[in-house]
Amino acid sequence: MSITDEQLAVSSNARPTSSSFVTRLLGFRELAIVVAIGLVFGATFLKNSSFASAASVQQLLSGPSIIILLAVGETLVIITRNVDLSIGSVLGLSAYIVGIFFEHNPHFPVALALLVGLGVGLACGVVNGVIVAYARVPSLVVTLGMLYIIRGIDAIIVNGHQIDPSSIPQSFVNFGSNNVIGIPILFIVSVVAVAIVGYAMRTFRSARDLYAIGSNPDAAVLAGIPVQRRIFSAFAFSGALAGLGGALWLAEFATVASTAGTGYELDVVAAVVVGGVAIFGGSGTVLGAALGALLLNTIDQALVAARVSSFWNQAIAGAMLLVAIAFDRYVALRTERVLRVEGARRDNG
Amino acid sequence: MTTVDEHETLSLPESGSRTIDDRLRGLVRWESGLVVLFVISLFYGASTSQYFMSLQTFFFAGLNFGEIAIMALPMTLIIITGEIDLSVASMLGLSASVLGYLFMHGWNLWLAMLICLIVGIVGGALNGVLITRLGLPSIAVTIGTLTLYRGIALIVLGSNTPTGFPEWATKISLPIGGSHIAYDFAIFVVMAIVFGVVLHMTPFGRSLFAIGLQQETAFFSGIRVKRIKFLLYVLSGLICSFAGILYTFQQASSASNTGLGLELNVVAIALFGGVSIFGGRGTIFGVFLAVCILASLQASLTDANVSAQAQNIVTGCLLLISVLVPNARDGFSRARAQLRRRKVRGAT
Repeated sequence: MSITDEQLAVSSNARPTSSSFVTRLLGFRELAIVVAIGLVFGATFLKNSSFASAASVQQLLSGPSIIILLAVGETLVIITRNVDLSIGSVLGLSAYIVGIFFEHNPHFPVALALLVGLGVGLACGVVNGVIVAYARVPSLVVTLGMLYIIRGIDAIIVNGHQIDPSSIPQSFVNFGSNNVIGIPILFIVSVVAVAIVGYAMRTFRSARDLYAIGSNPDAAVLAGIPVQRRIFSAFAFSGALAGLGGALWLAEFATVASTAGTGYELDVVAAVVVGGVAIFGGSGTVLGAALGALLLNTIDQALVAARVSSFWNQAIAGAMLLVAIAFDRYVALRTERVLRVEGARRDNG
Repeated sequence: MTTVDEHETLSLPESGSRTIDDRLRGLVRWESGLVVLFVISLFYGASTSQYFMSLQTFFFAGLNFGEIAIMALPMTLIIITGEIDLSVASMLGLSASVLGYLFMHGWNLWLAMLICLIVGIVGGALNGVLITRLGLPSIAVTIGTLTLYRGIALIVLGSNTPTGFPEWATKISLPIGGSHIAYDFAIFVVMAIVFGVVLHMTPFGRSLFAIGLQQETAFFSGIRVKRIKFLLYVLSGLICSFAGILYTFQQASSASNTGLGLELNVVAIALFGGVSIFGGRGTIFGVFLAVCILASLQASLTDANVSAQAQNIVTGCLLLISVLVPNARDGFSRARAQLRRRKVRGAT
């Protein structure tokens, strides 16, 4: 597998002209999710026409916004062949700390509150990054440990308290619930994040390094890529976005207990994987991950609108995930075969 | 099997004669560290509360940790082969839900239990097929089946919480007649012994290490890698559904959210017990000690009025220690080897 991944990376980096097939397949992957979202949306609309009402669509967009934000960060980490399981706890901690700021100072500016959330997350991400990148221990174990530690710290700080919705200023709550030209602000925030990071992942060398690291860590070292620094940055970034997600969570729900964000980590990983990011790194896009989150959420809400018992949500989401993984495997095998044929032709010709 | 032998000869000292240094290194195993930690945790418990060193504590600790500990056993084998199973807690929940549903509809309880075990085998087989036959990554597959099995549990049982299980079944929440041993704990100990013997003393068990160390080499040495992994997932499904039955009887009620989120606790116990996440290393004894330490810490921290959520910090720190300490040791020996090489080079 690693050899083919390497070939993939080489062929898509070094020979942009002949990699049209690979790019087409990648485009195909995201298109498949868009089609799936369209199908779910269309089928539900036929059953219940109010599903396409403005309020419902706004709900469809704002619902998955925070997950999309977390998925963007998680994508970067997974592309480097690591995983960040601590994001749910980071989100909870950051949401509560931002809440405390508001309780002590009701006139705390909104922008600063978002920065506080971002900062809390960044701090957690930096700890993850230092341990994973510089102590060279498996990220799954480290972030699993951090999941527990951060949740525990959160519980101690919270100590049974709950942020009172009345202490959250209206301007901040508006931020979480209002729309700009009909589009929820939360969704705009996550779209901006996807656009910026998505652009960076295509363009900047340092971001392309992440793909190289995930495709073949040893080769990345030999190629002179500062592997440790890149992995560290990916974790710091993922933490920062989870922290920002925490601030947005507070804006959306206006109240936080110590359990906020529990279990989010696996939801986010599921969304990322549905979005076509390979769990062993080296391929996938931020846009795909965001679409994956959107798809899972759309299915959730479609079931409600179609008056299917909400008990079905999870089973369908799980089945979707399995289909997505199997589909990716199929595409990967095909790509591998095509590349091998192409390579053989080139060698002979 | 050659891989295992190779690995063992590699870890033996080069000269053949055991120096004091080598003997010391033999003692510095992860398990010895765990024994020390266990003793410390017992002393800590005794110092926090005069009631800690009682048979009651022992009973409740066994009761609380039974299911997690039981599920950690097949998890250990799976992680040793370099894979993972995150669907264990959902399997437990599914089994509990099926049991509750069938009981609610007046089925014979023994028959219902049998169906649960079959559900476990089928669920494990699905994991196994997806991972070994389709070649999909186990972490992604089992996150998928984690959601799927929990979802099916919800469909089966909905928001019902059937109760009223017969007394002969629910009495497993009481100590075994006249003693202070919880049924869960006794079952865990018996199973741990069986797992330990199979893992460490049979060719099958050794082959798991071979698979975890070098899958291709194991395959070319005649080990049926795919079949063995498949069997492990089936075993995991079976044992988790069994744990679900135990849990239901112990709680005397069943709900679709039974065991929600326990999968990470199970993984944490296996890893803390010294099982390498990359596969190829780990012992049942280590996992057994990890269970004892966490159970004893939980009991003493609860006595000291530390909230269950705050106790997470301890679990998390222990996990970090379990990867950082062996790593630091490796780094230390690497540095020493380098130093020795430099010295040799300087002498010539």
